[in-house]
Amino acid sequence: MATVAETNPAPHSAKGTGGHSWTRWLVVAVPYIWLILFFVAPFLIIFKISLSDTAIAMPPYLPTFDGFGSIGEFFSELDFENYIFLTDDPLYIMSYLSSLRIAAISTILLLLIGYPMALAMARAPTSIRPTLVMLVILPFWTSFLIRVYAWIGILKPDGLLTLALQTIGLMGEGEQVQIFRTDYAVFIGIVYSYLPFMVLPLYAALEKMDNTLLEAASDLGCPPWKAFWKITFPLSLPGVIAGSMICFIPITGEFVIPDLLGGADTLMIGKTLWTEFFGNRDWPLASAVAVILLVMLVVPIMIFQNQQKKVV
Amino acid sequence: MRSPRFDTTVLTLGFAFLYIPIIILVVYSFNASRLVTVWGGFSLHWYSAMWSNQGLMDAAWVTARVGVLSATLGTILGTLAALALTRFARFPGRMAFSGMIYAPLVMPEVITGLSLLLLFVAMGVDRGFWTVTIAHTTFTMCYVAIVVQSRLLTFDRSLEEAALDLGCPPVKTFFKITLPLIFPAVIAGWMLAFTLSLDDLVIASFNTGPGATTLPIKIYSQVRLGVTPEINAICTILIGLVTIGVIASSLTTKRAEIRRIRDEHLAIRNAAS
Repeated sequence: MATVAETNPAPHSAKGTGGHSWTRWLVVAVPYIWLILFFVAPFLIIFKISLSDTAIAMPPYLPTFDGFGSIGEFFSELDFENYIFLTDDPLYIMSYLSSLRIAAISTILLLLIGYPMALAMARAPTSIRPTLVMLVILPFWTSFLIRVYAWIGILKPDGLLTLALQTIGLMGEGEQVQIFRTDYAVFIGIVYSYLPFMVLPLYAALEKMDNTLLEAASDLGCPPWKAFWKITFPLSLPGVIAGSMICFIPITGEFVIPDLLGGADTLMIGKTLWTEFFGNRDWPLASAVAVILLVMLVVPIMIFQNQQKKVV
Repeated sequence: MRSPRFDTTVLTLGFAFLYIPIIILVVYSFNASRLVTVWGGFSLHWYSAMWSNQGLMDAAWVTARVGVLSATLGTILGTLAALALTRFARFPGRMAFSGMIYAPLVMPEVITGLSLLLLFVAMGVDRGFWTVTIAHTTFTMCYVAIVVQSRLLTFDRSLEEAALDLGCPPVKTFFKITLPLIFPAVIAGWMLAFTLSLDDLVIASFNTGPGATTLPIKIYSQVRLGVTPEINAICTILIGLVTIGVIASSLTTKRAEIRRIRDEHLAIRNAAS
């Protein structure tokens, strides 16, 4: 993930390995067509199905699109009732708001924990920096599911945290830690899982920083904390934005963490969508849920993409 | 703020937070007791239990095949995409193309998974091994594209240009010059793609079908029933495999880097004499 924050899509020059027009064409067309077919086309379909009616059939929705001859009939059967349903039922509105709230709080927590770590890494001796980066990346290579699972054993009422607190005497024999299946457990799980995604872009921004600026500030009598707010932090802002977006956007749609660590009252839209799809088998409603989630995330995604284009 | 003691404390706490849960998980996979909080002595019982669990083994085999196939396809497509982005300044829809490369990186998995499933259903394709493979190829190729792109942007273009100036055809130049130079990044991209495929629960759940249950889907359904040391055992094996893979790939990358620098020096010396 380190590379995400460091790449620069600006081309060097037009000429290169694809001199022949047909090889050039092939190099661009193959991945382009693949992405249009399997990334863009599905969004058009999800939008279409969100306007369909539920049906007890396979696939469980109506109308289906068969040919351009019936295009008028097809459009006349589309309607917005799934969206109206979504805005009528407070459960969905609450889910969206709660997802945004959890994602925002988690992103702030990640910044508060990730920034000091990235700063300490950037200030470490050059010789040990690659090792530190490796240590941040390594947990990311181990399965997401495994890392969330590991926390269940720790946070359970009869789990290791209770045992540890009882052993050191902070907790009586009969007491138990009541974190598992609450929002607190969800925050712990999210911060734990996304920490590398926050630390690496921050580190990439902080590492590039010119230390002579801080030396100049200190020579001119600027206290360190003031130098931090006047110089270090403003210069690391691209990393802050990149890290925040890389975390905030996927957290909003997170399913695994709220499902395994959260309680029945932990509302997150990823979980709602999953239940609509797998539990209630209401594909059109699940599609409408996804379309609205996508619309909510368009602005953060645009910010993220602009940031990626600017960061060198 | 600048004291080294502050930095050391922050890093120690941060890494403890990152590693302690994983270490606990590994340690308890060797626990003879079924209870998480009771240490019943060292035992390999859960490893043999896992080994004889046919469902788990089948899922592991499916996951490995999906991983290898989608990582390979994703690496080819991702490398092409990286070439397109770095070597061709202008082609129709270049902006949209780079957008399509970056968007899947942050797109919530529930959206990607559901939308792909609806595409497969609309096309009348039966869900199973191939639909999961295509789904994984699609999101892993974007990660590969970014890893390879960063390498393409930093390496010395003069070698490529020299080959082209001397009349080497572009395709041959790619295979003789460019590919060997970016190869460490291509391997790193493949590893990343394979790990992401191995790890994915949500997209696979939407796009899987009968007979194509992957390991994360299996682990997820067991985790929902409760924590058992058997899952710790399979997780430990996965962690072990990934750790070995990461260390091996970083060693080969380092060796390739040393060899590349040596070869470049040699080439320059030969050219000079």
